[in-house]
This record gives sequence, C-alpha cells and structure tokens, in this order.
Amino acid sequence: MTIETSFDQLTEEEKYEHFLARIDAGEKIEPNDWMPDDYRQSLIRLISMHGISEIMGALPEKEWVPKAPTLHRKLAIMAKVQDEMGHGQLLLRVAEDLMEPLDMNREDIMQNLFSGKLKFHNVFHMKAPTWGDAGIIAWLVDGAAIISQSMMLNSSYGPYARALKRICAEEVFHAQHGESIIMALAEGTPEQRELLQDALNRWWTALLMFFGPKSKENASTSHVDKNMRYKIREKTNEELRQEFFTKYVPRIWSLGLTIPDETIHFDEEQGLWVYQDPDWNEFKEIVTGNGPQSKERLELRKTSYENNRWVREALNPAAKAI
Amino acid sequence: MAQDKALVELLYTLADDDFILAYRGSEWLGLAPHIEEDVAYSSINQDMMGHAAKYYHLLEELGEGDADELSHLRSPEKFRNAVLLEEKNGEGTYLEQPQYDWAFAVVRNYFYSIHKKFRMDSLRQSSYEPLSDTAKKVSIELQYHLMHWETWFKQLMTSTDEAKRRMTAAVERCWNEMGGVLSLGPMAEEMAEKGYIASEETMRTKWLDHMKKTFEQIGADFPGELGMTKGNGRQGEHTEDLTQALETLSEVYETNPKVAW
Repeated sequence: MTIETSFDQLTEEEKYEHFLARIDAGEKIEPNDWMPDDYRQSLIRLISMHGISEIMGALPEKEWVPKAPTLHRKLAIMAKVQDEMGHGQLLLRVAEDLMEPLDMNREDIMQNLFSGKLKFHNVFHMKAPTWGDAGIIAWLVDGAAIISQSMMLNSSYGPYARALKRICAEEVFHAQHGESIIMALAEGTPEQRELLQDALNRWWTALLMFFGPKSKENASTSHVDKNMRYKIREKTNEELRQEFFTKYVPRIWSLGLTIPDETIHFDEEQGLWVYQDPDWNEFKEIVTGNGPQSKERLELRKTSYENNRWVREALNPAAKAI
Repeated sequence: MAQDKALVELLYTLADDDFILAYRGSEWLGLAPHIEEDVAYSSINQDMMGHAAKYYHLLEELGEGDADELSHLRSPEKFRNAVLLEEKNGEGTYLEQPQYDWAFAVVRNYFYSIHKKFRMDSLRQSSYEPLSDTAKKVSIELQYHLMHWETWFKQLMTSTDEAKRRMTAAVERCWNEMGGVLSLGPMAEEMAEKGYIASEETMRTKWLDHMKKTFEQIGADFPGELGMTKGNGRQGEHTEDLTQALETLSEVYETNPKVAW
C-alpha cells in the first residue's frame, strides 16, 4: 500500500520516467499499471488491428473450407480457420481491457471496422479464387505473420506478449498445413502446378506489402519508431521483409516455382535481398478499403452482424455489444 | 467379413448425417452471432466432420471404396442423410448475402445432438465392434456439443419476445422434418435384430421423452406429432439443397479424383 501511495504522489513526468525505466529493464507492463496515453493508444491501434485482421482473415479461407478436396484437407482447414478465429478472440480481449478506461468496448471495435476507421491487413482484402490460394495463404501469409509476430514475443505489454506466444505456436502448424498443400500441388499434375504458380503470382505483391513500407515517405513510420521505443516491437518493416525473403525465396525456388519479380536476388555485398518495390499507393488504396475484395468481405461481416442483432439482444438485452 | 447390407446402410446413415450437417455448420464460419460462438461452433463442426470421416473409413474397410470418393463423389440419391440436415441455412450463399437464420441453426443442432446422444449410447453396445469403438470416441466430444446447444436452445427459448417468436418458428420447421432424422430407413428392423443399433422405436421414444421434459422445463408448448414432409433421406429421397451442397463439397476433388491433393 505504501508503495502505491507514494507512486500516486509522483508527477506525470516522474511516472513517465519510471515507466520508461521499467520497460528498459525488460519488465512487463500489465493492464492495471500506469502507462502513458500514447502507449495505450499505440497498443489499442496495433492489437485491435491485429485482432480484427485475424477475424477478417478467416473470410478468404472460409471460402475454401467446404471445398477443400479431401476429408483430411477439410479437417485440417477447418481446424486452421478455427484457430484464426480463436486468435482474433484472444486479441480482442486484450484490446478490450486496454479500451475499458476509455469507456470503449467491442461494439466500438466492430463499428470502427464497419466505418473504415479500423483497418485490417492488406492480404485479407485480396481475392482467393482457387484452392491454390488456400495453400499460398496458409504457407506464405501465415509464414509472414510468424515473422512479424515473433518480433513482438518480447513485447513490453505483458498480455500481448503472452497471447502472441500461443498464437505463434499455432501459426507454425498452419504454415506446415500450408506447406503440405503446396507440396501436393507442386508434385502433382501440370494443372495442379499451374494452380499453384497462378496463386503465387496473385499473392506476391500482397506478401511484400504485408510488412509495410520501408521508407519514411511512404508510411506512418512514426508509429514504428514509437513502438520500437516502447519496446512493443523490435524490428523495422524492412528487416522483417528481408527475413521473409531469406526464409522463403529459396524454398519457393526449390519447388520449381517462379517468383513474379525478375529482379529479385541476394546481393552478397550489401548482404540484402534486392527486389522490385511494390506500388505503395496501391497499398494505401487497399488498406483504406478499396482493395479487390474489401467491400465484399466487409459486407459479409456487416450482413451477419445485422442479421444476428436479435441474438445479441436476446442474450443480453441491456448491453449493446458482446 | 462378408458384405452386410444393413450394416453398410447404417454406416452411410451415420456418416452422411454428420458430413452434411458439419458442412452446413462450416458455412456459418465467420457469420455467427459473436466471435466466441464462431470459435465454439467451428470446433463442433470440425468434430462432426471428424466423426463422419471415421464412419467413411469404416465403410472403406468394408470394401465400399475410398473414403474420399464415398464422401465426395456419390450422387445425391446415394446419400442416406436425413433431409432436415441438408437444408440450407437460409437465403443467399455462404459467400454472398447470407441471410442465415441462427434460430434454425440452434434448433436443428440441438434436436440432432440429442438424437445423436441416444444413438451413441446404443452404438456403444453395438455387436459390430469397430462401430462400438467409434461410438465411444464420438461420445466424449458429443458431450460438449450437447451442453453447447442445450444452453443456446434454453436461453433463446426463454428470452426476448423476438427470440421466442423466431425460435418457435424454427422448432415448428424442424419438427416437421424430425421424423426423417429419427428414421433408420427400410432396413431398420434388420439393424436392430443383428444388434448393430437399438430399434427405431426405442430411440424415437427416448428422444420424444427428452423433448417433453425440456419443453416442460422451459414452459413452452410441446409441438405434437413429428413430421417428415420432404421425403425420407434414408431411402435416397433428397432436395435440391443436397445437390447444391455436394457440388460445393466436391468442386476441387472432382477436377481429378485420381491424384493426391
């Protein structure tokens, strides 16, 4: 009690210094701890976007759940998409705790999604027209997600770091599930290989965009800088993209697939992958809700939200959202 | 062992019921009333698809053919599932403008799960050992499905006026087809005689008794006579909904069933 009382007597500045000292010492910040407003805001932005992306990410894969070719594949993809929903739920709970002192709840998250204020990952705005896409999503999109999420396993915010531990463990299974689909197609008939190559061609640019822009002109890198100072994340967008290349480009090549970028190669001198930068204006268009499938996916979510309003009211007539 | 028609028919009944209802459930993915339900419902559907796969593999062992082909390539009239379980979740498709009815989902799954429980209780004693082994495994997961659907059913049946109205309509709709779910088809007697499963009458009575108690408990009117208005699926009678379902389920596989996927 005495410690709490003395902490309350500190000035805002002293509290801030104390907070920075804690995260610099590698301590975890917990929901009821003092935290600066912009730390809370950064976390809400990051975690609600991550959570809602998991949920919107179920929609392109859902298209392939009933159509998965065999009983085994049906079971595997059902398990995978269920995991993604579970991740979404886990993350929204973390975000909701952060939002509570601001008098906000899940209804706000959903309404912000519908109004376009809350964005979701670019990859989930894309079409997934064939079974090859289901394979590429599980293998490479989940592979990219593992890379970008692993760098936050040591996040200064305790609940997020703990949620990510579980999420990353499951994502590894997803990537293996994806790799298994990919292998079957790659070793299959010419038609199956074509299915795969077409899907890779469709997804390549979206995969590069997944990590976000590299240069300051193209992005809200102030968020990146702040999140790094607050030890929410440990690496820049470009560092993550380079990791992705190192891990996956050789694997893609070894399957005999062609990357739709003739310039991509590893530059020994720089120790970096050189590649064709995607069009970042297009990226902005996509994440602001003007991607190839953005409207349809949001519409699907809105339709079901409206159709089920009576259920939510029946469960809890007093509250608006659950 | 020699082909036993009654056993084979029973296995198709069990397999197709779970397969089709799991499919209808999987169409709800991402569209459930809230995110927690999406997680729970998709887990149940995954279990049910797993149960179907077990039965298809038992059929494969009996020489009926490859489990994937049995589930994906038979023509609709070869399917033995009850008509209630194949019916669409509502207007629209799972990809466009799904006007899905949650009351129908709850009632259909609740009614079916109760029946499935009595089925498993009986099948655990089945004279066909591979089937009794399977029933033991299925029962463990089914317990959670039952708890889930019973909670939903009782909650919505006793909640707001709108919920009651929608649920009552769904009860009526399911009641009109439930006779088909409780049917074991033309070979029912032989199935019972050979000790594969209890008699149709026994299981029907158990289900009705359970429902009477449930309706009494929640103070709702008991609907009366069960119906089977759209045909008996156990005899291969089905609706256009099944044809469409099978086209979706086999869209990828049928492009080339001979290769590995």
